[in-house]
Amino acid sequence: MTEVVAPTTRAETLLQLDGISLSFGGVKAITDISFAVARGEICALIGPNGAGKSSLLNVINGVYRPQVGSVTFDGEVRRHMRPHHAAQRGIARTFQNIALFKGMTVLDNVLTGRNLKRRSTWVEQALRIGRAEREDDEQRSRAEDVIEFLHIQPWRETVVGKLPYGLQKRVELARALAAEPTLLLLDEPMAGMNAAEKRDMSRFIVDINREYGTTVVLIEHDIGVVMGISDHVVVLDYGRKIADGPPEEVRRNAEVIAAYLGTRH
Amino acid sequence: MDFFFEVLIGGLLSGVMYSLVAIGFVLIYKASGVFNFAQGALVLFAALTFVSLVERGVAFWLAFGITMAAMLLLALGVERLVLRPLANRSHITLFMATLGLAYIIEGAAQALWGAQVHGLELGIEDVPLEVGGLFVSQFDLFAAGTAATLVLVLSLLFNKTRIGLSLRAVADDTLAAQAVGIRLPRVWTAVWAVAGLVALITGLLWGARLGVQFSLSLVVLKALPVLIIGGFSSVGGAIAGGLIVGASEKLAEIYVGPLVDGGIENWFPYILATLFLLVRPAGLFGERAIERV
Repeated sequence: MTEVVAPTTRAETLLQLDGISLSFGGVKAITDISFAVARGEICALIGPNGAGKSSLLNVINGVYRPQVGSVTFDGEVRRHMRPHHAAQRGIARTFQNIALFKGMTVLDNVLTGRNLKRRSTWVEQALRIGRAEREDDEQRSRAEDVIEFLHIQPWRETVVGKLPYGLQKRVELARALAAEPTLLLLDEPMAGMNAAEKRDMSRFIVDINREYGTTVVLIEHDIGVVMGISDHVVVLDYGRKIADGPPEEVRRNAEVIAAYLGTRH
Repeated sequence: MDFFFEVLIGGLLSGVMYSLVAIGFVLIYKASGVFNFAQGALVLFAALTFVSLVERGVAFWLAFGITMAAMLLLALGVERLVLRPLANRSHITLFMATLGLAYIIEGAAQALWGAQVHGLELGIEDVPLEVGGLFVSQFDLFAAGTAATLVLVLSLLFNKTRIGLSLRAVADDTLAAQAVGIRLPRVWTAVWAVAGLVALITGLLWGARLGVQFSLSLVVLKALPVLIIGGFSSVGGAIAGGLIVGASEKLAEIYVGPLVDGGIENWFPYILATLFLLVRPAGLFGERAIERV
């Protein structure tokens, strides 16, 4: 394995995966993967279909439980965590096939992202007493901020199921961002978008990273986009890591070229 | 004309009884997008437990408390043993699970307390009361008051708290709900416990009228047209649907019945529901399905 040295010494590590292996019955999805994500960087996971990228995201936010290995997030080592616990610790995510609450409006969807920021009890909320009312206004104004940031104000009262695909992707990003995450996991945020939509989405991701200092781990197939916005690229193939480093180094890596373009044997 | 109003009011009040049954379904549907086939079994289980305790000399409110505790335990058990292993599965899978659950709960209730018919006395006389020249059943008024209180509490809970938003989120997409930090086990346990409370109240009112017996689990069949007319996902819809079913079946029996030799009260609601399915499939207050093609 011709591994490129990862720039982990450069900054503080936020997320560290150590020897993760995951299989479903006899099918190995991920084999012995380790890498580190520095605080404040944009890290891209790339690789052909079925390389184990989405499975890896699911391990990070606790949907899947790896058989071997550990995940260290923000200084806490764990073998397994439940998704809601990951959310509490500051990990938000979007899904490959858009997992929005389709019957709700854009605003309500974004508000669910603030679910964990509420401190008042349900009795206070039902009777609108104590901190409930103030908190309600605060949640709403935070949600509106995110909606404005991602330019989806015209659709705030629109039921999400009626929106076109590209906008739904943006609403899903808004919901994840509303949680004010430390780590944002994006599973193919630009799949199925046209060039202009991809440009917008890339800009939003970079803006989120710069303005809020949010660390981003994203899966993307468009190599142009990946090389343009990432600080760090991890390449997977058949569930194994084949390269890990800054984009310009990864681009020159022979194994990566082989995995993407095929080689003569 | 007085007679018309008497029939109408009697119908509306009996409709409230249907609404009570329907609310139990709406709760579970809101939180999982699933028609809970076991709701009737919950009604039977609650009523049978309560009446058996009272017959063994337990005081009314104590029996109510113990039964409620039993419903809470049942909710915890259902979440742990049935719903949790099936999390993130399709709606049809969960629906089939509730079907099986219905038989288990019905069986357990009768294995515990026996299958005899029990009389239940709530201390409210089922006699007509004269209100403004019209005769109304006192028991029906009591049932209506109970239903109104229940609806008030539930709508406060669902519309003003984050629980309401969490429920809709869970019903729409469990995976996404978990990712925004909603705890599925808690939401499900809470909903099944509240559905258990509603089942207990329904069981007491229906049990007082029909006697506590196996056929209580069949009153849920009357909830079907109520839900189709009102919409599966709205507590308000369950009330409206119940009132429509109650009033229309009684009026139809009196005014249309004689033309076809009577006995139409039992099937009229289903005809009405079928018409609604043709014209407004989501019901009066249900969420309309939105899909892009």
